Amino acid sequence: MDKAKETYVLKMDNIAKEYYGNRVLKGVNLQIHPGEIHALMGENGAGKSTLMNILFGMPVIHSTGGFEGTVEINGEPVQIDTPLKAMEMGIGMVHQEFMLIPGFTVTENIKVGREISTPNLASRLFGRSMETLDVKAMRQDAKKALDTIGLQIEEYAKVAGLPVGYMQFIEIARELDKTGIQLLVFDEPTAVLTESEAERLLEAMRVISSKGIAIIFITHRLDEVMAVADSMTILRDGEYVARKEIKDTSAVEIAELMIGRKVEKLVDDSIPDDRTIDHKRVAVSLRNYRVDMPGEQVKGIDLDIQKGEIFGIGGLAGQGKLGIPNGIMGLYKAYGEVKIDGQALNLNKLGDALDHRVAFVSEDRRGVGLLLDESIEHNIIFSAMQTNKRFLKKIAWMNLYDGGAAKSHAEEMVKTLDIRCTGIKQAAGALSGGNQQKVCLARALTLEPDVLFVSEPTRGIDIGAKKLVLEYLTKLNREQGMTVIIVSSELMELRSVSDRIAIISDGKLACILKPDDSDADFGLAMSGAWKGGKKNA
Amino acid sequence: MRNPFKLLVDKFGLPRVIIVTFFLFLVAAAGGFHMNLMQLLSDCLRRWGMFGILALAMVPAVQCGIGLNFGISMGIVGGLLGGLIVVQFRVAEHPALVNIHPMFAMWVAVLAAIAIGVVLATGIGYLYGLLLNRVKGSEMTVTTYVGFSIIAFMNMMWMLLPFTDGELIWPNAGKGLRNTISLAASFSNVMNNTLAFKIGSLTVPTGLLLFFFLMCFLVWLFMRSKTGMAMSAAGANPMFATAAGINVNKMRLVGTILSTVLAAVGILVYAQGYGFMQLYNGPMMMGFTSVAAVLIGGASPKRAKITHVLIGTFLFQGILALGLPVANQFIPESNLSEVARLIISNGIIIYALSQVKGGSGRE
Amino acid sequence: MNKHTNRSAVDFLFQNKVVIIFLFLCVGATIASKQPLTFVIPELFTRIARNSFIVLSLIIPVIAGMGLNFGIVIGAMAAQIAVFLTTYWGLTGISGFLATMALTTPIAVFFGFLVGKLFNYMKGNEMIGGLVLGYFAEGIYQLLFLFIFGGVIKMNNSTLMIPTGVGVKNTIDFKDTIKYALDTVPMLTIVEVAFYLVMIGIVCSTAFKLVKKQEINWKVTGIEAAGAAAVYGLTFIGPVERFLSTDRLLLLSAVELSCLVTVLWQVFQFAKWQVQKKRGREELGPNRFIPQKAIVYVVLAGVVYGLTYIPVLFKVLTVVKLPVMTYLCIGALCCFNNILMKTRLGQNMRTVGQSRTVANAAGIDVDKTRIIAMIFSTVLAGWGQLIFLQNVGTLSTYGAHTQVGQFAIAALLVGGASVQKATNKQALLGIVLFHTLFIVSPLAGKELFGDPVIGEYFRVFVSYGVIAMSLAMHAWKKAAKPKEEETADPGEGRVEMA
Repeated sequence: MDKAKETYVLKMDNIAKEYYGNRVLKGVNLQIHPGEIHALMGENGAGKSTLMNILFGMPVIHSTGGFEGTVEINGEPVQIDTPLKAMEMGIGMVHQEFMLIPGFTVTENIKVGREISTPNLASRLFGRSMETLDVKAMRQDAKKALDTIGLQIEEYAKVAGLPVGYMQFIEIARELDKTGIQLLVFDEPTAVLTESEAERLLEAMRVISSKGIAIIFITHRLDEVMAVADSMTILRDGEYVARKEIKDTSAVEIAELMIGRKVEKLVDDSIPDDRTIDHKRVAVSLRNYRVDMPGEQVKGIDLDIQKGEIFGIGGLAGQGKLGIPNGIMGLYKAYGEVKIDGQALNLNKLGDALDHRVAFVSEDRRGVGLLLDESIEHNIIFSAMQTNKRFLKKIAWMNLYDGGAAKSHAEEMVKTLDIRCTGIKQAAGALSGGNQQKVCLARALTLEPDVLFVSEPTRGIDIGAKKLVLEYLTKLNREQGMTVIIVSSELMELRSVSDRIAIISDGKLACILKPDDSDADFGLAMSGAWKGGKKNA
Repeated sequence: MRNPFKLLVDKFGLPRVIIVTFFLFLVAAAGGFHMNLMQLLSDCLRRWGMFGILALAMVPAVQCGIGLNFGISMGIVGGLLGGLIVVQFRVAEHPALVNIHPMFAMWVAVLAAIAIGVVLATGIGYLYGLLLNRVKGSEMTVTTYVGFSIIAFMNMMWMLLPFTDGELIWPNAGKGLRNTISLAASFSNVMNNTLAFKIGSLTVPTGLLLFFFLMCFLVWLFMRSKTGMAMSAAGANPMFATAAGINVNKMRLVGTILSTVLAAVGILVYAQGYGFMQLYNGPMMMGFTSVAAVLIGGASPKRAKITHVLIGTFLFQGILALGLPVANQFIPESNLSEVARLIISNGIIIYALSQVKGGSGRE
Repeated sequence: MNKHTNRSAVDFLFQNKVVIIFLFLCVGATIASKQPLTFVIPELFTRIARNSFIVLSLIIPVIAGMGLNFGIVIGAMAAQIAVFLTTYWGLTGISGFLATMALTTPIAVFFGFLVGKLFNYMKGNEMIGGLVLGYFAEGIYQLLFLFIFGGVIKMNNSTLMIPTGVGVKNTIDFKDTIKYALDTVPMLTIVEVAFYLVMIGIVCSTAFKLVKKQEINWKVTGIEAAGAAAVYGLTFIGPVERFLSTDRLLLLSAVELSCLVTVLWQVFQFAKWQVQKKRGREELGPNRFIPQKAIVYVVLAGVVYGLTYIPVLFKVLTVVKLPVMTYLCIGALCCFNNILMKTRLGQNMRTVGQSRTVANAAGIDVDKTRIIAMIFSTVLAGWGQLIFLQNVGTLSTYGAHTQVGQFAIAALLVGGASVQKATNKQALLGIVLFHTLFIVSPLAGKELFGDPVIGEYFRVFVSYGVIAMSLAMHAWKKAAKPKEEETADPGEGRVEMA
């Protein structure tokens, strides 16, 4: 190893961070050499974004009590407490969603906030903000930055008319134009690009790093890491797993490192399992199923879920697993063929899924799952009232709310699910996350469904509530024969309760695995190594 | 002393504390000037009933998610047309009806006007609702100017519509309808006088208040029905409602129509209490007054209840009723009370707008 | 090729639909009113002089993303407070006018600051907020003029105050004070003052550079000074002096002058281009010189000049006399709007207007920029109201400001502006169209329906209607946008890279 490799442009040591008593980073290290491309990998919730927020001195870190550990830039310990300071240190970020103004020219976008200007009479009187813009000099700078990454466009063209693939490059050009840039962070830059565009981007990354600028490359795509990165760091559950040189490792090893953990049983085995699943009876059948859910596109899935099983749907965030239940419930536009118990579902008819006795517990509790200002009672009975006309009494021609029936049902539900509250009249918004989840579950169960979709059932709730919710779902399945479909980012919980697990990658079904399949299989499936399904169980 | 005050502010919001204090101050001042408090209170009650239904029109609008409906002039126009038609055909003077009882004839007239108004308002409200479903997120700005526009448009219509009755059109061969149309011959004060009784110098307009309460009760019933609850859910959380299989746009349409219809009813109740129908720019700012009333009662652009209407209208109209004589004691023959109305009603709206903060400010 | 031009023609018509509709409306109403152009045109030019400034004051907030500033009413109130005070103090003439302007400025700055501050609390609701704020301010204004002036602050002036001594009268007459103060500044004085200002500017700038030990381009400075002196020198030539000694300019002369200037300017550009070409430093990009375009301009100027020989037009052109100083002020504001956008501050405003998120990420103080935009707009609106008042000659104390925002915004929108985009051209075009309609619609109403009131109601309806339509269209677009993004095929619209 030559001498240059011994120095680090960025060295983060023993970084730890707590959000409200929840440790999201537990002693993480990150070392980056000048001019290297360093991949930062890990599942959702592994702590990548928190680490980057610390690096950029984002307010969210410092308003929640700061962090532990040290950050060194070029061997000097530094305190980065504002994004501006990070900018001054030569750290730049290429955002996943474009921070560009369509109505501005390429030049204006590259120089936004850092315009070159010349003094005039007015500026001498009123200060620097009245200085005249030097458009010529700005254009030259822009041209230079664009040339660096090899993008041939007129720097005076408006961004609005340019193809999506160019936008990322303009973002990069903006960062390169900043004086003294020495470290660039790419946050999942290829997520919105086509394959050929992504290739061009990787090429540009190599060019940038060859000029001595280091790159932190955050991505889920193993193939890209293998193709472009020099080294990598893997995080898992906020813990530092390993730092590897790419040439010393393989895709399989990386996949194992990302997933690797023992499957611990979250659910007691005490619930007797005397089900006999008939493989002929299909509860939910999807054919060429597509959903337009922003950020969770489903791009054509064929899948059969058997009656009476607990079926897991996993995959990384943004790959489309959440789109599946949301499309069926009519929250986003869906296409293709969906059959529930053999009957075709009309995807254009709102509420048709509910009429086919399908219920859904949304991943977005506060946004979709609850009426925060309304009482627990109201939240529990609402869907059943609207769909099944329960809890209503007829007076003359009017369907009026039957307070008595609703109250007794809500009270029963509160008892069964152990919802901790001051009473059923308490507003749902005032409950803790776990109890809110139980209210959502109670509403779905009040519908008395045959098929229950539960999306991210344990997100943001504590371990005790987590166990209770999963156990209750298992109980429903075992005792009432309800088909339960759990969509979750947490592989561990899927593996502990499901009979089969489908992994969704890039909007398509990668494969269906058994809970006891190897970590490497899960890792490779999730990282897009098996596009289109290599192995079908 | 500071702590309980702060608690009060936190609980009810600063403007409401100020307004209640101001109201109490006016009551005290009126007492101090040895005015006839009972008479003033009668005035408060009368105004309460007159303006109440217009403020009530805000409840379905806010609950269904379109926010504060500055455009109730859409419904007001419908109501006014209903009133004009009834006056044109002199329903209240029809001998067959008058023979039963003059009061009965007047009730028939006002109810006929309301019925016509409701039909027209339903149609207008439907179209208006379709527009509002297209402009989600900016309803308030749009409703205000659509409301102004309809008033300006009707100004032309009032000139051109083929009404012929002498009560309605300008005398001396002028063109178009009069500015203020007297209802003395049709249904002026019919609700106010029904079952009205006096306790000392306190007059209680029983019929008016009963009608107002009846309307409130009907809205309350609707809010507890399946559709009403679906509508509230659609307004509070559209995604939640969609997940429960509710067509959010349809619910918004229902709320808009209901609000428009209530405005039509409200303007006729107001007109009978006032004794005149005001055309042209008369109803221009009615939307603002109604919005201010519910806001004073504790509503927000996202949530409004019937209690907000009851409390808000009483406080707001009470201040106006008491304000005029009290202000005259300070500065005779001034319109300090009008100035106070401008400041209070618009001040509370500004306060409410500054509280939403990005609520509808999509980027 | 043919298809392409067809389509762009349709696009052009569609994009300018508002303007085209109003163009037809104006022409139709003018014909219906049966009024001669010699009546309509002079009236129109008076109204342009009165109203342009205030309409132009709306542009900056639009650019800063705050929409149509209904809060300019507050600027107008600031002007009226100032004009009342200076009238009370007995200031008259152009000095009185300048003093009023000087007094308006700090009041308007203060008000603008407060409005901007408040608007930062209601981002996205600025327009409705501004409207309500206008009504709220109306209350405060009445409180001030009805009770505080005379009531709290003792004022003894029987011509201004209500006989009881408390409250200001309904109308204030400026006949002997500032009426036409700005309109009647002779051209000669304007040139003279401009000369001194330029000289002071050059001297200050040079002195500043000397003190800061910066490089001075003596050649450019010398040419600037000599140019200014030469122009000033021209005024000492007899005929020129006589031409400039009046305060009004015949519209005919104005048209002839502008034709001449257009031709000269194109020739100058051509010469500059030739020189650059020789030196091989041709400018590229959107601002480059296109000879074809220049020829079109020259021909156009010739045609316009030729048109002045048509008897009907000649008659109209010789009737209209423009108040030079007022029109210069309007021109100056147009230039100011343009120049501001070429400064750092202007660029920040544009960025904030386009995307607050991007502006924030780029280290621009969004809230501060918005407040500054509001202050600019309020001050300019105040000055605009003063220009209006000095031309009208009376102040309706409780009514002059109420419709200011309404009509100014309607005029801007009629010119084709929208909530997000407004230019000087749109503002000026809008004023012409809107006020033509304003002049002729009562007369057309009388001719068509036998009652001028219908025409009056019609123009009020137009002003509300055009605002309602514009707001609705803006909201419609805003609401439709996220939907489009949801349904757009992600693979669509992508082009392989070169």
